[in-house]
Amino acid sequence: MAVLAALWGEFLTVLSAIAAALPWISGYILLILALMVVWSGVRRLLRPKHDYSSLKTVTFGDESAVVSNAVASVVSIVLIFVFWGAFTGSALLPGILHVPGPFSGTGTFDYTLTIPDGTTDNATVTVLVHPADVTTDDPVVDPGDGIALNDSIAIGSYRSALLRVADNDVVTRDAGAQITAIDGKDIAPGESVRVSFGRVAMTPKGTLNIMPQTGWQMEPIWLPAPEAVWAQAISVATEGFRGATLWEHLGFSLFRVIVGFLLGALVGVPLGYAMGLSDWFRGWFDPIVEFMRPVPPLALIPLVIIWAGIGETGKIILLFLAALWIMAIAARSGVSGVRISKVHAAYSLGASRWQIMRHVIVPNSLPEIFTGARVAMGVCWGTVVAAELVAAQKGVGMMIMVASKFQSTDIVLMGVILIGVVGFTIDLGIRWLERLMVPWKGKG
Amino acid sequence: MTGLKIENVSMRFDLPDGGAVQALKDISIDLQPGELLSVLGPSGCGKTTLLNIVAGFLAPTAGQITLNGKRVHGPGPERGMVFQQGALFEWMNVRENVGFGPRMKGMAAKPKAEIVNHLLDVVGLRDFKDKAVYELSGGMQQRVALARCLANEPDVILMDEPLGALDALTREKMQGLVLKLWKETGKTIVLITHSVEEALLLGERLIVMAPRPGRIHK
Repeated sequence: MAVLAALWGEFLTVLSAIAAALPWISGYILLILALMVVWSGVRRLLRPKHDYSSLKTVTFGDESAVVSNAVASVVSIVLIFVFWGAFTGSALLPGILHVPGPFSGTGTFDYTLTIPDGTTDNATVTVLVHPADVTTDDPVVDPGDGIALNDSIAIGSYRSALLRVADNDVVTRDAGAQITAIDGKDIAPGESVRVSFGRVAMTPKGTLNIMPQTGWQMEPIWLPAPEAVWAQAISVATEGFRGATLWEHLGFSLFRVIVGFLLGALVGVPLGYAMGLSDWFRGWFDPIVEFMRPVPPLALIPLVIIWAGIGETGKIILLFLAALWIMAIAARSGVSGVRISKVHAAYSLGASRWQIMRHVIVPNSLPEIFTGARVAMGVCWGTVVAAELVAAQKGVGMMIMVASKFQSTDIVLMGVILIGVVGFTIDLGIRWLERLMVPWKGKG
Repeated sequence: MTGLKIENVSMRFDLPDGGAVQALKDISIDLQPGELLSVLGPSGCGKTTLLNIVAGFLAPTAGQITLNGKRVHGPGPERGMVFQQGALFEWMNVRENVGFGPRMKGMAAKPKAEIVNHLLDVVGLRDFKDKAVYELSGGMQQRVALARCLANEPDVILMDEPLGALDALTREKMQGLVLKLWKETGKTIVLITHSVEEALLLGERLIVMAPRPGRIHK
């Protein structure tokens, strides 16, 4: 029961997070629809296309008439970068597109000090907001005269600071002086007042908490600007990170994936053939394969580390296991998928068993094996990154893990983008190889 | 002892639920070399089972098949088969498909190419010899299948509704081609069909089969 209550609480937390994101999501969807309307208006002005699918009148519900709109793809990708730039104040984007950034520069507010005998006096606080990654001395101000004296403070952007403004006054807080108004507006402990550059709140003890506006832009530690990520990519590529350049990190990850995948395919494909061609082998390996297949390779990481350590051997064993079952199942279904009339035809044309294998079964299973290879490479790539997150000397996964510990979000983001690009490139490569080697795929 | 002899062939197999199916009962056919036999019957009468037994893909539960005095135990190149469709190898082009049988025998490239070119001329596909088979129409594919079967020089050609999936016009042309090839080559042909018209047009001899159990209907 306690578990159920805890789960319900978690569920509510998730729901509220979704609810908080809803305005943004709906805004994005509205933007998509609006641009769709704009594009359909633009298209009417262009010269109409007259290829086969553009002449179809029924497109809603006809899947074959729905071809990816290249304009939408381009706009979608460009918009991602525009949003990214807008919310990070990127220099690549004209300033007009930036969302409001944090306040920077100098702002002032007045406070009113009331001393026990009822006399009041005003003084000015000068606040200098500077970039968070440099240290700046408090600005020098003329203290002025009267009971309350002027103060100054330097605050890094996105930060706030407590300031006991009464401490330098003629009558201090300990002597009973109290701040009763900010910029002429009354304030009491626990309340806050809007000032020209942000807000000023009063703690229960009467100290002022100065909070300059943070705006809508993300702090670089949360989300660095695109150019910062690019600069970091150049720097890691030329100077390296943690004793290895970007290419070495990438090379190590790719080496593990390729060796692991090749070993997995080298064992998995013959295993799949044996399972597809012999009832004994099918019976022998079915329980093993069917049990191992749903075990995510990530769950094997601890075991592999215990057995083989954190070196290359362990990682290659892990990737071998990740690829093995996928390739075995792909090869098995490739063999099972051969049309019996093709095998019969080959036999009655005088082919021997070996010739049937070489000229009918293997070519017939190639499309399935390529499909399996695409899946296996995807899984291997994901697994290697995860394995490197756990323990590695080199590799892109290790790179982003270590970078995150040093709060180098730009390297983390660069690594994530790189991992995506490499994964996509691998998939494109296998698809290209597939078109080259099995042009008959899906045409049997 | 020449020709194809089907002697008292019966086929009976057990079903998983404990029952049994008598697919064929006591079928005997005697074919002289060069005869063209049409086997006509409704679907489910066992005509494809009979053909598979003759081809050697199935073993009969009783009776035997002999070709030129030799008993049939399995598939062999002396009994060529033309399937309804989908038996071509998509990973080979037209030329390679037709040359498959000679290649399996280990024939040298030159005589093989001669056979292939000759047969592609016969079926009228010379211009398509380097095309992929999936680029051809259904009728063309069946012509390739026919040429592939002939390239192996079988004694008997078994045809399992080879024209069943074709449209009426293509079918008529193909029937003419089969007839022409039969006359020119003098092969023994067993043709299975469910079209009465086709059976009458092509069959020099005609057998009508009846279902449950599959038997020859007189």
